[in-house]
Amino acid sequence: MIEFTLWDILRNLLFATRWTVLLSAAAFAGGAIVGIAILFARISPAKWARRFGSGYIALFQGTPLLMQLFLMFFGLPMLGLRIEPWTAAVCGLTFYASAYLAEIWRAGVEALPRGQSEAASSLGLHRLQELRLVILPQAFTITRAPVVGFLVQLIKSTALASILGFEELLKTANAINNATFEPFKVYGLVAIIFFLLCYPLTQYARMLEGKAAFR
Amino acid sequence: MKYALDFTWLWDSMGALASGAAVTLLLIACTTVFGLIISILGAAARRGRSVWLRKLVGAYVEIIRNTPFLVQLFFIFFGLPSIGVRLDPMVAAILAMTLNMAAYTIEVVGAGLDAVPRGQREAATALGMRPRLAFIKVVLPQALAIIYPALTSQIIIMMLESAVVSQISVRELAQEADLLQARTFRSFETYLVVTFIYLGLSAAVRRGMILFGRRTLGAAVK
Repeated sequence: MIEFTLWDILRNLLFATRWTVLLSAAAFAGGAIVGIAILFARISPAKWARRFGSGYIALFQGTPLLMQLFLMFFGLPMLGLRIEPWTAAVCGLTFYASAYLAEIWRAGVEALPRGQSEAASSLGLHRLQELRLVILPQAFTITRAPVVGFLVQLIKSTALASILGFEELLKTANAINNATFEPFKVYGLVAIIFFLLCYPLTQYARMLEGKAAFR
Repeated sequence: MKYALDFTWLWDSMGALASGAAVTLLLIACTTVFGLIISILGAAARRGRSVWLRKLVGAYVEIIRNTPFLVQLFFIFFGLPSIGVRLDPMVAAILAMTLNMAAYTIEVVGAGLDAVPRGQREAATALGMRPRLAFIKVVLPQALAIIYPALTSQIIIMMLESAVVSQISVRELAQEADLLQARTFRSFETYLVVTFIYLGLSAAVRRGMILFGRRTLGAAVK
């Protein structure tokens, strides 16, 4: 058994936190890009595209993230891609995030008064210009609070990447725990680190919500 | 090399998958009942007179909401034994799920209780009901009917999240999937089938909740 001081444990955990933050950021960025594509499908005039969009969202919101991650991990190699825990985790969390973000933004688009899109078309903007210049900027603004709220959920979800074997915060904690046999301390510290990452964002989302209510 | 999907293992594994699904449903059923009780008590405490109790419930909600469920689960299952609380995996899973879900439903239940007009309770007391009876017979059913859709979503989210309790070797659906794929070496197919079982379970739970709600709380449930 190796002797670890509290500082040793904390230092290792803080180093691993970097990967949790990076994974969250990558999944959020990827999720935003794919999410916009799904949003376009979801609000498209074509019926089949709308169907596809809502089916996609229902699929990812109706199944466990853990299963989605496993499907990425075991499914992508079948397409001939060499896959590591990092890639599987980023891909899985990206698709997961895209479904939620698309749904949040769709609610934003639908909350806008009809007049906005009518005014845009009466100015002679075609569909893409209308979305880019008029609809989406407003939809993004009014959905800031739920998006930040979802970011908190996403950060917490990165803990599942440890199950795929990706060395983020929780996986490192498992390794330290196996060496020190101090689960109470180790998992307690992990909880505190996650809390420190998430709580400011939760407060920020609450502040945005308050602002939105006053407007 | 082309990979060929193979589902021949499926017929022999139906029993294992069914029992896994049953355990998943059992977990979420227990969680729903205990979670609701804690939520009602928590919502009452948040509106109660004691400042300490209000702060305590507030802190509990913030801590649970801002940490991952998997970490809470590991803390309860691996961490608590070192201070002398040793739990069976199944009990630890239900405890972790209950504590997690209640942190979300406390607010929901509270909002429902606030939405029932004061006059309802006053009328019930005027009819001679004791406060507790008025709460159980008059206020609570109306509050539950108001928050029913939100509650249903929360229950389904929790059921999907319960897949991670496979990590402490509870024999629920995800754990059965792990065991099956280790035996058949058909990982992708196994997880694909199990993913769709989860999808079916969420649809079934949603329908079941609506039917149950209509029966117990009346037609107001949507």
